[in-house]
Amino acid sequence: MKPIETKQEYSNYVDQKSPNSPILKNCFNAFWVGGLICTIGQIIFDFCTFKGADETSASTIVSIILIGISALLTGLNIFNKIGKFAGAGSLVPITGFANSIVSPAIEYKSEGYIMGVGGKMFTVAGPVLVFGISTSVLIGILGTVPISFF
Amino acid sequence: MKRVGTQTITFDNPPTILETSSIVGPKESQGPLAKYFDQCLDDEFWGEKTWEKAESKIIKENVNSVIAKSGIASTDIDFCFAGDLLNQCISSSFGLREINIPFFGIFGACSTFVESMCLASVFIESGGASNALCATSSHFCSAEKQFRFPLELGNQRPPSSQWTVTGSGAVILTFSGTGPYITCITPGKIVDMGIKDANNMGAAMAPAALDTLITHFRDTGRKPSYYDAIITGDLGYIGKEILTELAETKGYNIKNNYEDCGVLIFDKENQDTHSGGSGCACIGTVFSGYYFKQLKEKKLNKILLIATGALMNSTSSQQGESIPGIAHAIAIEN
Repeated sequence: MKPIETKQEYSNYVDQKSPNSPILKNCFNAFWVGGLICTIGQIIFDFCTFKGADETSASTIVSIILIGISALLTGLNIFNKIGKFAGAGSLVPITGFANSIVSPAIEYKSEGYIMGVGGKMFTVAGPVLVFGISTSVLIGILGTVPISFF
Repeated sequence: MKRVGTQTITFDNPPTILETSSIVGPKESQGPLAKYFDQCLDDEFWGEKTWEKAESKIIKENVNSVIAKSGIASTDIDFCFAGDLLNQCISSSFGLREINIPFFGIFGACSTFVESMCLASVFIESGGASNALCATSSHFCSAEKQFRFPLELGNQRPPSSQWTVTGSGAVILTFSGTGPYITCITPGKIVDMGIKDANNMGAAMAPAALDTLITHFRDTGRKPSYYDAIITGDLGYIGKEILTELAETKGYNIKNNYEDCGVLIFDKENQDTHSGGSGCACIGTVFSGYYFKQLKEKKLNKILLIATGALMNSTSSQQGESIPGIAHAIAIEN
């Protein structure tokens, strides 16, 4: 091996030395766990409509139940193990969003309810909220402005 | 005491490492070195309400333990050098606020343990102190909270990431004793080779370790084979491999006698610690628990201890800064 002199040479060398994440395995686990969570959601949805709920109410009930389960599992120190195994599979559905809010709330409880729980609760989910809401406002404007011209 | 070469100091009356003590957390207690530590905790909170309080308690109890083991009164300890990873080193200063020994709070990230021993040695050799205490701590949970994400967050750790050791290492150095002696120190320079990935600390710190290693050999005229063991603090599997290869390109073969505390402290396969252990307590506990006993039993007689640190914080990472590394070396001989 040649001696390494520049930062670029070192960066290339480190990239070659550092193992990559097992992408295939991670994708497979994310696929089936994510699919399973969505299937559970669909079962709840179908059950609600079967019991006579309209689609909007059924969707709301699905979200409430999945968020509730995710928050409970986060508190029981189980969700992080699922997340470690499934990655995006448990992160992308609403379960991941619930986890990203509950986990800092638990972590920062030691700094008090106002500045700890209240102040830090959205440290992980904050960017999702800001850009999610901004994007929906933008899309809303783009969707309605052209229509109002006609 | 005199300077040799560019940055090494050798001692005429080398300070003795009188006693060490180590406390480790539950995960380390299940690792391969568990039997060497003085105390193994089965609860990461250790009865406290916060991670920070738990870490303070660990360093406090460990300091009490090393003083008790040494047999000297705490009033005979002239200075204390301590540091940790939390902002403004609160674990050390809060944990040791009742100890009543003049205190130097130092920060060298994970290199703090050897940094504190370097400073204490110079104090003792210069006659400024007869006995000095050095202590460090780190805690997986408080470090994750400060540097990364909440513990309960369901995310994945990349294979190059390392696991912060929960625990504390403490040593007492004294001016006269029967060894093991700190014969020379090589404080390191800050080296930044542009690595920005905070999940690859080993790669960020390895160039600093290389710089200090080579400087030490050049300054002292020693060769790698002079030492029974060359030990780095927390380069982990990736950093260890990088240092071994880079040293070879510079003409130093350390393959046969080189170990890394981050590699030794955990069982990579069964403990899911990816690239190995890290944190101030990594080299602190492994030296205090394992290597000091090896030296006392004369199984090892000459070791070079190199603690490596990544001098960054979460703000510098978010601002896209690269990670400056540092490494301090001390030679310990019987």
